[in-house]
Amino acid sequence: MDMPIENQLRGDAPARDHGALAGFYWALARDLQLAFRSRAELGVQLLFYVVVVSLFPLASTPERTLLATMGPGVLWVAALLASLLSLPRLFATDHLDGTLEQIALSPYPLPALVSGKIAAHWLTTGLPVAVLAPLLGQQYYLDGESLAVLAAALLIGTPILSLLGAIGAALTLGLKGSGSLLALLILPLYVPVLIFGAGAVDAVRAGLGAAANLSLLGAGLLVAIVGAPFAAAAAVRIALD
Amino acid sequence: MNLFRYSSPPAFYPLAGKLIPWFAWTAAALLVLGLWIGFGIAPTDFQQGEAYRIIFVHVPTAWMSMFIYLVMAFWGALSLGFNTRLSAMMAQALAPTGALMTFIALWSGGLWGRPTWGTYWAWDARMTSELILLFLYFGVMALRNAIADDRRADRACAVLALVGAVNVPIIYFSVKWWNTLHQGSSVSLTSSPKMAAIMLTGMLVMALAAWSYTIAVTLVRVRTIILERECGAAWVFDLSEVRAG
Repeated sequence: MDMPIENQLRGDAPARDHGALAGFYWALARDLQLAFRSRAELGVQLLFYVVVVSLFPLASTPERTLLATMGPGVLWVAALLASLLSLPRLFATDHLDGTLEQIALSPYPLPALVSGKIAAHWLTTGLPVAVLAPLLGQQYYLDGESLAVLAAALLIGTPILSLLGAIGAALTLGLKGSGSLLALLILPLYVPVLIFGAGAVDAVRAGLGAAANLSLLGAGLLVAIVGAPFAAAAAVRIALD
Repeated sequence: MNLFRYSSPPAFYPLAGKLIPWFAWTAAALLVLGLWIGFGIAPTDFQQGEAYRIIFVHVPTAWMSMFIYLVMAFWGALSLGFNTRLSAMMAQALAPTGALMTFIALWSGGLWGRPTWGTYWAWDARMTSELILLFLYFGVMALRNAIADDRRADRACAVLALVGAVNVPIIYFSVKWWNTLHQGSSVSLTSSPKMAAIMLTGMLVMALAAWSYTIAVTLVRVRTIILERECGAAWVFDLSEVRAG
């Protein structure tokens, strides 16, 4: 700001926009910038996804029909685990150095700031996972249509994982053994996403079409967008008290 | 008389103490009566033989497992909305009994399934959602244990229970639709032949027994929680049982 400091102290500072959208974009831009400054961490998370997906054929048989059957489920479970592993990044580092308290004190509405952080989390974890999935699906001999539906389901479903996960991440802030606790809290809540997501590909393979599953995922996404940021914001306030 | 008086732990503690024997004895009497109807009077089922008698334990506990979760979420919501201490303690006291009921429902279901379906476990919609309900209970209890500060634990568990309560119907329907996509529905209670009146009576009596048991045990537990949390308060030192100890 180019105003002299005494003007600001007197309260002459120009009125800034403290609306929800401004807060959302601010948190989004900040978290994206932080994420891109530690690109190696993002790469490691994606590699985790790739490695987990590649383990399943080694643990069972490399038979084509079997792999094509279990492929969508494996890719989805791996996506769940990748999302779960990256959740602590959402609030924990900000909580450790006190930034989260300052964020909660800011005049922006907290649910908007939390939404921005969740969006940044999805752009850096869910989106790459969805983009990588068709490539990894080749390892499971999935056909073209299945791969397209898999990617679409992941694109709709992974934001729900970030939204629900944010609630769990905020609830477990600063607790001992929060990693495994987070898994216990969040994985049962992920079940519908997993079922509809993997079910979309199964439905295509069974010749039923994926529209029903994708619509349900979309409905879940809308509900989560409306509800989860408020629950996560409440959880952040509880953790900071 | 103002009933809200009893939302204060010092007022509720003696009231709970007076209510506990009533509910405990009711539970015991109903349990004996229900088991007698279930195992003594009710006739052998012509399709399932004697194995069907497990429903006298299974169905009431399954009902309670879901109902207790809703009650827990309700008390959690009250404690979040009005910042009342006792409602949070009630939510805390309900969780272990809810988990127990869920566990008994799953276990007895497995014992029933073995002779009837030929398997202890099937990925049936009801069983799967009941299993996830058990995980949700464990999650709430684990979160409670992980947080040292009681008030933070109260509110965190309330948020989690509420998110879970929104999710439970979604989980139930997702599991149900997921199952129907893959295989024809297995034996379900809704499609079984209409129950004999005496069987229904036995089941309802057992359900009331489970209800009374839950209330009695929850009140005992909530009294313990009150004493734990209020152990510095003067009224606790005036209690005859505390003085005697």
